[in-house]
Amino acid sequence: MLITGAQAMVKALEAEDVRIIYGYPGAAICPFIDAIEDSSITYMLVRHEQSAGHAANGCARITGRPGVCFATSGPGATNLITALATAYMDSIPVIAITGQVRSDLIGRDVFQEADITGATEPFTKHSFLLKNAKDLPRVLKEAFFIASSGRPGPVLIDVPVDVQQSMIEFEYPKSVDIRGYKPNFKGHALQINRVAESVSKAKKPVICAGGGIFAAGACKELTAFAKKCFIPVVTTMMGIGALPTDHPLNFGMLGSFGVAAANRAIHEADLLIIVGGRVGDRAVAAPGQIAARTKVVHIDIDPAEIGKNMEAEIPIVGDAKQILHELAEISTPCDSSEWVDYLKNIKSSYHKPVELRPGFIEPRAFIDDLSARMKDNAVLVSDVGQSQIWCANHYKVCSGRFLTSGGMGTMGYSIPAAVGVATANPTLEVVAVCGDGAFQMSMMELATIMHYGVKLKIIIMRNDSLGMVREIQKSMYHARYVATTLKGNPDFIALAAAYGIAGAKINDNSQALEAIDKMLSHDGPYLLECAISPDEASM
Amino acid sequence: MKHTLSVLVENHPGVLSKVSGLFSRRSFNIDSLAVGITEDPSVSRITIVVDGDEYIIEQVEKQLNKLVDVIKVKALEPGEFISCELTLFKVHATSSNRSEIVQIAEIFRAKIIDVSRTTLTIEFADTTERTQSLEAMLNPYGVIELVRTGTIALEKGSRLIAPSKNPTNSI
Repeated sequence: MLITGAQAMVKALEAEDVRIIYGYPGAAICPFIDAIEDSSITYMLVRHEQSAGHAANGCARITGRPGVCFATSGPGATNLITALATAYMDSIPVIAITGQVRSDLIGRDVFQEADITGATEPFTKHSFLLKNAKDLPRVLKEAFFIASSGRPGPVLIDVPVDVQQSMIEFEYPKSVDIRGYKPNFKGHALQINRVAESVSKAKKPVICAGGGIFAAGACKELTAFAKKCFIPVVTTMMGIGALPTDHPLNFGMLGSFGVAAANRAIHEADLLIIVGGRVGDRAVAAPGQIAARTKVVHIDIDPAEIGKNMEAEIPIVGDAKQILHELAEISTPCDSSEWVDYLKNIKSSYHKPVELRPGFIEPRAFIDDLSARMKDNAVLVSDVGQSQIWCANHYKVCSGRFLTSGGMGTMGYSIPAAVGVATANPTLEVVAVCGDGAFQMSMMELATIMHYGVKLKIIIMRNDSLGMVREIQKSMYHARYVATTLKGNPDFIALAAAYGIAGAKINDNSQALEAIDKMLSHDGPYLLECAISPDEASM
Repeated sequence: MKHTLSVLVENHPGVLSKVSGLFSRRSFNIDSLAVGITEDPSVSRITIVVDGDEYIIEQVEKQLNKLVDVIKVKALEPGEFISCELTLFKVHATSSNRSEIVQIAEIFRAKIIDVSRTTLTIEFADTTERTQSLEAMLNPYGVIELVRTGTIALEKGSRLIAPSKNPTNSI
């Protein structure tokens, strides 16, 4: 039976078990959205295409399957670029479907034409421009495979409007065979043995877990390995939650904005095992120094990351889940109890004294209170900047998640990503934390929240500044605060009320627990504004 | 140090742009680049000469392998491959020195492909080193214009670079 290209795209999405897609329409994507209406797939209309990309990102991270977003040609597609770059840097599987102008008009600068495959080339794992509707089933299947296998990442599919309208016979392929793409999953047995041997001899081993642990679904295997061999674990920002925060072997986030125990651990270790991390510059500022004095094991699915920033004595390319499982099986505990006690001491003795400022909330204590009240399996989505650091170092992950834009540090990520999480899994308690700057980058999505009844809780850490940049200016630019003061901020609670969203504001930590309880128990979306001093530092 | 890479890619539009985009994005230096279809019309071969140390070459290979349109990458071992570059030289030549230039061309076994009252155009296909030697000999006469194709290369003997069925696993 002949169907249109657009209908074929929808059938392919159904075959890939897609339940929900996020997007914004336009002329060039009309055939596709018309076809969605007749399918089992729910679409969510956002208020900016960038939000659709972030929502697909949040959806992907919580379901473990590619998140799907759609936009029209030209400006609709270009508005996705930041979201795709965000997903690319954090290796999140996102499929972006964009409409394109008629095939015979491509290259003639017609209305809303943009070379989106060219423009997104640095930010996608791969992209497709359809010339023939017959290719649609194969392309969709390949796109989902590429996005979700190996090191996950965004894939863009650009479909000219006439291709969406052509008729084809639909048959969804059973398998893919891409000769240029054959990811390796199995770690080399010899290398794994070498690691096990190194573990048995180590006195001061450390595991550094990155976002790849979640991509591989390897939290249990990581915990089992660390527990069996008694190895302390530190995480990158993307790895927060790989081990529950309160696990006795979890020594926190490393890096320029991390905690003392974690940084001392990697600098003084005799064996450093990096799993699912890419040795980003925020996590490890001086990789050469560490590689020079420590034995480094680097386990990653992407061979290009091994040796890119830090030389590894024992590199292993493969799936973290399989490799950690093997390691847990064959490794023996090492003599690290003195080392673990040493790190425990550092952890308990480094505490920034709580400095209360009258008329302001102390943010770290606030996040501690928030952690205490949120459910064990709740999800905290943090935006970027000072509030990201307060959340990263103080939010306690139990069986839920801590999500943020790590690699790209995209402001405006939290609210749409949280919408993605909350709509992909409506049983979860989801809280987004952002500054007043980041809030204003995606506040248009308050409409989306009301449109679909998303019970999202938003906390604005309001300091009427762009806090992180202001901090840089304080230390490096003689406190010349250029372009970091946010004047003209609206009354955020009144703004929320204008959308029909309840809210409250607090400016004293004694009000925190009650305000948090009220927010979490409210049956609907809620906005809680916390007054933060602009002089508050991230560390 | 210069390294020669032989890269098999899908013969699709935009693939060359992806490869050159990758190089520019990661600040890899391309000395020369030549591309053309192979014996299999669905596959093109790109021969790239890259300037860099061992770390750079390892990264270039690995990053190229990540591109879905790249089928196979081989860094050619020095001494194990035959390379060739085609160059056309337009040299200033008058009746007084034309025969000297022709002699030089003969010695190098280069071809004279065009002549005018004031110029001689020489075609030379050989290794980069020999091409540089010829250029050095022609420079004193005045090389008006010069065009190069860039190096192409194949491994010696019966070895060949073909798409593999196995997973990519480079350590």
